[in-house]
Amino acid sequence: MAVTLKPQVITEVFTDPMVPVPYRVRRVRRETADTFTFEYEALDGRRFPFAPGQFNMLYLFGVGEVPISISGDPAHPELLVHTIRAVGTVTKPLCQAKPGDIIGVRGPFGSSWPVREAAGNDIVIVAGGVGLAPLRPAIYYILNHRGEYGRVVLLYGARTPGDMLYKKELAEWRGRFDLQVEVTVDAARPDEWQGNVGVVTTLIPRAHFDPHHVTALVCGPEIMMRFTILELQKRGLRDDQIYISMERNMKCAIALCGHCQYGPHFVCKDGPVFRFDRVKEIFGRREI
Amino acid sequence: MTTLERLLSEHPFFKDLDPRYIKLIAECAREVTFKAGEFIFREGDPSNKFWLIRSGKISLEVFAPGRGPIMIETLGEGDVMGWSWAVPPYRKQYDARALELTRALEFDALCIRGKCDEEPKLGYELFKRFAQIIGQRLQATRIRLIDIYGSHA
Amino acid sequence: MIGEQFLVERRDLQKLLDALQKKGYETVGPTIREGAIVYGPIASVEDLPIGWTDEQDGGRYRLKRREDSAVFGYVVGPHSWKRFLHPPVLSLWKARRNGKGFEVVPNNAEPPQYAFIGVRSCELHAIFIQDRVFTNGKFTDPHYQARRQKIFIVAVNCVQAGGTCFCVSMKTGPRATVGFDLALTEILEGQRHYFVAEVGTEKGAEILRSVPTKPAQPSDIQIAEDRVARAARQMGRHLDTTNIRELLYRNLEHPRWDEVATRCLNCANCTMVCPTCFCTTVEDVTDLTGTEAERVRKWDSCFTLDFSYVHGGSVRASARARYRQWLTHKLASWIDQFGTSGCVGCGRCITWCPVGIDITEEVRAIRQSEAAQLSERGG
Repeated sequence: MAVTLKPQVITEVFTDPMVPVPYRVRRVRRETADTFTFEYEALDGRRFPFAPGQFNMLYLFGVGEVPISISGDPAHPELLVHTIRAVGTVTKPLCQAKPGDIIGVRGPFGSSWPVREAAGNDIVIVAGGVGLAPLRPAIYYILNHRGEYGRVVLLYGARTPGDMLYKKELAEWRGRFDLQVEVTVDAARPDEWQGNVGVVTTLIPRAHFDPHHVTALVCGPEIMMRFTILELQKRGLRDDQIYISMERNMKCAIALCGHCQYGPHFVCKDGPVFRFDRVKEIFGRREI
Repeated sequence: MTTLERLLSEHPFFKDLDPRYIKLIAECAREVTFKAGEFIFREGDPSNKFWLIRSGKISLEVFAPGRGPIMIETLGEGDVMGWSWAVPPYRKQYDARALELTRALEFDALCIRGKCDEEPKLGYELFKRFAQIIGQRLQATRIRLIDIYGSHA
Repeated sequence: MIGEQFLVERRDLQKLLDALQKKGYETVGPTIREGAIVYGPIASVEDLPIGWTDEQDGGRYRLKRREDSAVFGYVVGPHSWKRFLHPPVLSLWKARRNGKGFEVVPNNAEPPQYAFIGVRSCELHAIFIQDRVFTNGKFTDPHYQARRQKIFIVAVNCVQAGGTCFCVSMKTGPRATVGFDLALTEILEGQRHYFVAEVGTEKGAEILRSVPTKPAQPSDIQIAEDRVARAARQMGRHLDTTNIRELLYRNLEHPRWDEVATRCLNCANCTMVCPTCFCTTVEDVTDLTGTEAERVRKWDSCFTLDFSYVHGGSVRASARARYRQWLTHKLASWIDQFGTSGCVGCGRCITWCPVGIDITEEVRAIRQSEAAQLSERGG
């Protein structure tokens, strides 16, 4: 390809997006053995507007920084909510934070679930494991604007009943008449679990939605999303009706460091939420 | 068309099946209801029946000494329960228990095997459909084998 | 004056440096260090590698004495200008604990005002490409921007091709056509030694006013152009870029990736010497008392295992995948991301690869295997 380049004329001055802003831990709730939900508030009282599906970079003083999706209610920007699983060198100490502790926040970054564009459609949300966290803001948004959608279905799979996030909320949502909630676990003892047993994909053939007028929001580990997409396609969904949230090594979060490249995409900028048809050529391909 | 034939043709498992065959297999079927908590069969039982679930929920369980019962799969509306009737040694491999009031269509497997012998095209059609179900169960099992929700740090 | 050409005698070249330094520029350019021509501070013309040239081939680089005293008689070495615009190590901010919290102090240090002496056309294009990477998206790198805004560029047109160059294929050279303040073509002819200087900007014109010049005659300009054309003809390597993005995208599982992976040492040299590779990592460090923290940005490479780490492991765990990532990014996905190839044909990745892996050869192998398959099917 011919390179017909010209030097850039640089006029605008930007603030440094690499500098974290201090936030204070307000509340901590334990979700599972290793996963916690934190509420943070800005020291200077600033609000935190974001779109469902976006993420932040959370910084622990001197330890490091990690990308974590926002899991709060977009209608309540005064509160920043993150659900964090203690698995790495930064998330482990982040999860030990107590009310009053201070962390650094950069964000919000990335693309979002198409909750506005999906108005008028049915919605099917498929979540696996901690993948429910990035979807929760979309669920809040949809419930806050319930009248704008057709049927809404939430399908959630977790390894065991003890690995489920937001149990209280799930029970509340299940009680609503305008929301079909199906939860399934890989295996369970009958005395601890009365719900479905089986992988989350088995819920899809039974879910009530119109395959031609539905938007699917899918989040979970990549293999879970791969099998979910296969089931959704079997129901007749087109690739452009399916949205997924990708995970890669986000470091700068502003598409400058190169780490989170996924084929031609920067997951931090073009994602994490992708319409499936835009990544299907590389989705599931090894080591892209 | 009898009520039973209508129920059969409405179930997704028999979607688009030739009405002639529906009529044939209806002769082997009956409507059944299971109360919540009721065992439908137990591991090791001879496998001479299968069911199309119309509503409700059934759990397949194995009992592990010291651990108690473990639910390995739940089946509900639109699902088929039981395929061990089709292959030797014709034995149930799990316990099946209704978790709630469950309505189903129950088939006499000997009767069905007889129909299939008489009408091999029906047999082929039926086995294609069962192969799909078995494939789906295998797939679901394989997916669980890789622990798809887990992080592996 | 922009677009006009002048003659500058060799003996007056120092006056150009003087004029730049007087204007407050830090003059940096090619200089010999540790057996290679690298970029560093240039106080006087004497610091330039006068009378030296470089011999380059896959995995090979040697300095050699020239028979003349050309000032720019070599091509490009292991350094590129990105080390000044996009420093290899940069402190982004420091933070100090106060009570339970901390206070962040961004690094707003005024960067030096550089004058780059001897920027080749391929390198100019590399700068334009990094402009797109760092300042053309939703986000801008303020550190790059601050440095880039201030530079003065003295380009040098190549009058001889290097052993691994292929700028003609990439349409990035050898003649600098845009984006410089001044562009020089060095001419040695018998006893005469002079430069044809083209003015690229008003800034360039102003500097050139402090240097004794004569207007260049059409014959002078012709000589300069002939020399540059000769360099273009000398170029020994070629990269066919026809539909290269599609070629690479449809060959993500080509066996050639396995083959190259058996040779590639994953040393990351190619990414370090590449004038457009821009990837970085950040390190968060603290002092011993834990009261001060700092975030330091460092060049990183897609050839490291850590680069694609997500919890649990690396996405690109095999050498095959990492080489494929580098090459397909450079030549294919770069086009999607920035509307241009990421390769300028400077040949550095070939020269500085310890095992001499040649990007032009790798692409050719894939292209030819496709052509072979097609002709097989056709025949």
